[in-house]
Amino acid sequence: MLDSVIFYFFAGIAVISAALMITRSNAIHSAVFLITTLLATAGIFLQLRAEFLFIAQIILYVGGIMVLFVFVIMLVRLDVPLPRIRSPWGKLVAVFVAAAVAGEAGFILWLARKIPGQGLLAPLPAPSAKLPPNTEEFAKGLFGAYLLPFEIASVLLLVAMVGAVVMAKKRTDTP
Amino acid sequence: MMPIGHYLFLSLALLLIGAIGVVTRRNVIIVLMSIELILNAVNINLVAFSRYYGDVAGQIFALFIIADAAAEASVGLGIMIAFFRNRETVLADEMDLLKW
Repeated sequence: MLDSVIFYFFAGIAVISAALMITRSNAIHSAVFLITTLLATAGIFLQLRAEFLFIAQIILYVGGIMVLFVFVIMLVRLDVPLPRIRSPWGKLVAVFVAAAVAGEAGFILWLARKIPGQGLLAPLPAPSAKLPPNTEEFAKGLFGAYLLPFEIASVLLLVAMVGAVVMAKKRTDTP
Repeated sequence: MMPIGHYLFLSLALLLIGAIGVVTRRNVIIVLMSIELILNAVNINLVAFSRYYGDVAGQIFALFIIADAAAEASVGLGIMIAFFRNRETVLADEMDLLKW
């Protein structure tokens, strides 16, 4: 019961502020609503007993990525009023894409409803009295079976950092 | 506990909102933010299934996706700053340098 209340609270916040994010014309307002969505998602992670991801979401997404976004929004000049829709076709394309994806996913979910024992309405396993410590299990997996992807991710971050510096550097006249 | 379908529908709703944002908005910064929203919807799915099967691998993949989103955001915003320095715009339909 308490789980349902917490889930619907955070899910409502996430969906409403995501809808507000793509409809505001001011980019800073959009960024603030995206931060609200990400924080609500962090709450859902906590409700799913993923404590490490809860902290990582807040520190990395809200504290890192969104701060970068807000910096860039303040760097570029956006005082011209922006029309919201790219072209008359944009809205049609958006409606078509949304309807197609929603219909497809709804069809798949409707099919999956009939699988006995593991359908969509099968409840998640109840938490035992004492769960294993989430961060410890996470670290065992991350530095055990997934050590190579972890190292590749660090190389990816290094490459992205170098690329971002090169892109944002002011070009001098002599090559 | 909650059925898994509720998490899937929340994830689907966030993904659709993100897709509509990518298609309809002209401002490239907001398009990038919509992509972050889509990646976040994927993370909800991964963590929900990780809880469903009692396996921590889904959470590890969610962490990789967060790292990937950070890399994508930094490179995308770097490209945007370089473009803004050249053309003084952030509107997607004025980016036609490669259009023939």
